[in-house]
Amino acid sequence: MQLLRAVLLRLATTAVTLLGVAVIVFVVIRVVPGNPIAMMLPPGATEADVARLTAQYGLDKSLPEQFLIWAGGVLRGDFGLSITARQPVLDLVLGRLPATLELSVMALVIACLLGGFAALTGTRARGTGGEAAIDVANGMALSIPDFLWGLILVLLFGVLWPLFHISGRVTPSLELPFTTDFYLFESVLRLRFDLWANIVSHMFLPALALAIPLAAIIGQLLKQSLKETMHLDYVTLARTKGYGENHVILREALRNAILPTLTLVGVQFTFLIGGTVIIERLFSYEGLGNLAIDAVINRDLPLIQGIVILFAVIFTAVNLCVDLLYAVLNPRLRHG
Amino acid sequence: MSFLRVNGLSARLKGAGHPILRGVSLSVAAGEVRGLVGESGAGKSMIGKAVLGILPKAVEVSGGEILLGGVDLLRLPPKERRARIGATCALIPQDPLTALNPSRRIAPQITDRLVDILGWDRGRALARAEELLAEVHIPDPARVLRAYPHELSGGMRQRILIASAFAAEPKLIVADEPTTALDVTVQKQVLKLIAEMQARHGTALLFVTHDLGVVSKVCDSLTVLYGGLVVEDTDVRSFFAGPAHAYSRALLAATPKYTDPQASLTPVPDAVIRDVQAEVAAADRRARHG
Amino acid sequence: MADARGMVKRKAGLKLWLSGGWLALVVLAALLAPWIAPQDPLAQDLFLGRMPPAWVSGAEPGYWLGTDSLGRDVLSRILHGARIALTVALVAGGITCLIGAALGLLAGFLRGWVDLAISRLIDIWMAFPPVLFSILLIAVLGPGLSSIVIAIVVIDWTRFARVVRAEAMAQGAMDYVASAQVAGRGRLSTMVTEILPNVLPTIVVLLTLEMGIAVIVEAILSFVNLSISTDDPTWGGMIAEGRTSVHQAWWVLVFPLVTLFLTVLAFSQLGEGLKDRFDPVLR
Ligand SMILES: Nc1ncnc2c1ncn2[C@@H]1O[C@H](COP(=O)(O)OP(=O)(O)OP(=O)(O)O)[C@@H](O)[C@H]1O
Ligand SMILES: [Mg+2]
Repeated sequence: MQLLRAVLLRLATTAVTLLGVAVIVFVVIRVVPGNPIAMMLPPGATEADVARLTAQYGLDKSLPEQFLIWAGGVLRGDFGLSITARQPVLDLVLGRLPATLELSVMALVIACLLGGFAALTGTRARGTGGEAAIDVANGMALSIPDFLWGLILVLLFGVLWPLFHISGRVTPSLELPFTTDFYLFESVLRLRFDLWANIVSHMFLPALALAIPLAAIIGQLLKQSLKETMHLDYVTLARTKGYGENHVILREALRNAILPTLTLVGVQFTFLIGGTVIIERLFSYEGLGNLAIDAVINRDLPLIQGIVILFAVIFTAVNLCVDLLYAVLNPRLRHG
Repeated sequence: MSFLRVNGLSARLKGAGHPILRGVSLSVAAGEVRGLVGESGAGKSMIGKAVLGILPKAVEVSGGEILLGGVDLLRLPPKERRARIGATCALIPQDPLTALNPSRRIAPQITDRLVDILGWDRGRALARAEELLAEVHIPDPARVLRAYPHELSGGMRQRILIASAFAAEPKLIVADEPTTALDVTVQKQVLKLIAEMQARHGTALLFVTHDLGVVSKVCDSLTVLYGGLVVEDTDVRSFFAGPAHAYSRALLAATPKYTDPQASLTPVPDAVIRDVQAEVAAADRRARHG
Repeated sequence: MADARGMVKRKAGLKLWLSGGWLALVVLAALLAPWIAPQDPLAQDLFLGRMPPAWVSGAEPGYWLGTDSLGRDVLSRILHGARIALTVALVAGGITCLIGAALGLLAGFLRGWVDLAISRLIDIWMAFPPVLFSILLIAVLGPGLSSIVIAIVVIDWTRFARVVRAEAMAQGAMDYVASAQVAGRGRLSTMVTEILPNVLPTIVVLLTLEMGIAVIVEAILSFVNLSISTDDPTWGGMIAEGRTSVHQAWWVLVFPLVTLFLTVLAFSQLGEGLKDRFDPVLR
């Protein structure tokens, strides 16, 4: 019962948050100067044309009225029409979402691998120069945001040693047999490893740029809590059983050390997803963020609204998942 | 032939070099219970840790040998040393609340050594674990094996740790103040259980304690430590008949009697402390010149 | 562990000196830019487009770090760009700090409905993608220095509010606060005289970090072409230009990028160094 109440409370606050986001975006973008309708019509259009389209997009009504109409549509799954593309916002956004999701998840995986590796080697080498070196690298990685890492990676691996692609999601001349927009995932399912390699080569640098700061955070937190765990009695007891350092770290210490790291990583992962906006722009990667910036530049109000709401939904969903994962991993909460 | 024989073991703080053990020698034979007593900081735990290869990072062994079944542990490469200790020794830790991994179930924590180090198959190890839990008087062993540590009481956890220590039929068990973290009422039962298990399995037991009353009940022989130096090594009967060393006598006088716990205690007199400190200093001088 | 403490202190000292030194250079460059810049940062000369830096063959004398595609001097533009970067860092960082810290302090110390309202607001803010939000704001406000400052304040106040709120809450639970209250002091006066001094070190550290972030946000906005005007020399604008011609003229990207990198690193290391200094456990 207590659990149910906690879940309901959580859902209620989430709803309030999303409503708040919707209201704020709605109000902010209504004060955008410049008439988006005039921009979309060819030169020589008449006043009547403008008026007709303005009415079609509902821009002639009062703000609260517009909001209610829009919110009503959203609840029915209708986010309106994009002004520039003249397609339903939902279709556009869902078409780009998979690209951004794949990029974020790949970044998260890279961050966990890099950060986990740094934490484990740092713990193994505690008290030596190796640990100090890892600390310095972590500090650097942490101080520099993803945007700058992206530029540095472009220079290093796009120009100096051109090992990876630095633009786009896949080489445009390739024939794509995909039916969904999850290219990376589908290329594996279809066993098209040639395409898979091409896609990964495009995604790797932007994903790495997003991953580096998060990897540093994971590395730092996990190493900290691993080092604390390594002093505990059950770890010492495991040593007397004949296990070596690696086994002791991995099996006895890691699971308990991960829990405190996990909650912070959740928030940080939403920051990472927020970072895709500029990183996609930097690498001309055709995802949601790139679409969003284009929408802002073109004053495409319904599209901007839809994208911001979608980001907010993703952020809250991530936080919810992290809380669930925490409960699953912590035996004390699971049975108690 | 004693299973564990420690000869002239010295240990010190890394860097500063402050001595922690000063040429300690002792031995424990199969079936023997050796008590290790001394005031706090005397180095009792350090001896146990040195034997089990879990000295803190800041402490290093600077001399002597630790013979386990005739093989000097200190001469073995780390991997072999670990395997040898894991296969023949076990630890009953002080605090049952922190000595079980909170995120793992009980069963694997008892059986992991059997499976990983001794190569048993899982089914046999599990059956053995259940048998052991019954042996330490835990009701409903099957349920307890599936439980997480936080679902069990402190006394139950200490029983589990005792069962786990005996699981691989070790030749030597080190028990470091195994009852101090427990409730007084539980202490006696656990003590009895350890003695009972030790007698049944014929294990050599190195028993670290503050409490001479406990020593008189469970131990066969006794090593008294002061400042990392052995001041007396004797069997329990002659110790309680009358210790040879002045410091031991003072220690005995400072222990509350079970017969009369209200009797006023005599603290260790300053003169005795001065004498034993002089002995420690003399040992250091010998070590430096020898 | 006197050794370890000494080492942390020495490391903190080193961090402070190095980062402080670089930032002092940037400040000097910003102040003296009109006098020390070898060229006019806005002067275009299409015949001098994409000249390499001085040590590469084919360089044009007087253009030490080369020129961009319009023939503008890279070094002079970096020096002048420091003015905008520092202005944004100081003004935006300062205002963000004032507003965020004030809200955090109020929420953490007064608790009750004030805390509830501010916390809810923070939650809503945390659900916005920050970069997109800032771009949106600039689109609304129009380009220009003041728009950038407003955008940074609007997206980043939560950084201060969150941390300061938690800190103020922890301090508010301490005995000395209770005794101040018992002595009959007002709530606001207790907050200013008892809580604020204890939270101040944290605020100072956050402020240095925020200045680095402000420089980055300005660069990002210039990068998507929404910052000041396209002609004014900003590091982000130079980087955006350099990104498009990176295969033909690497120096247009590399030099502003290195400058931005070192400046952001210096701000954050300054913050770290101050944190080690201030940390009462280490002191
Ligand atoms: N982790 C450590 N690092 C450095 N020195 C230590 C460490 N642990 C203990 N020591 C030192 O080693 C010496 C012996 O400590 P030890 O733990 O063996 O004492 P003890 O006899 O077990 O005492 P107690 O009865 O309190 O458990 C003490 O002087 C102590 O200061
Ligand atoms: Mg001890």
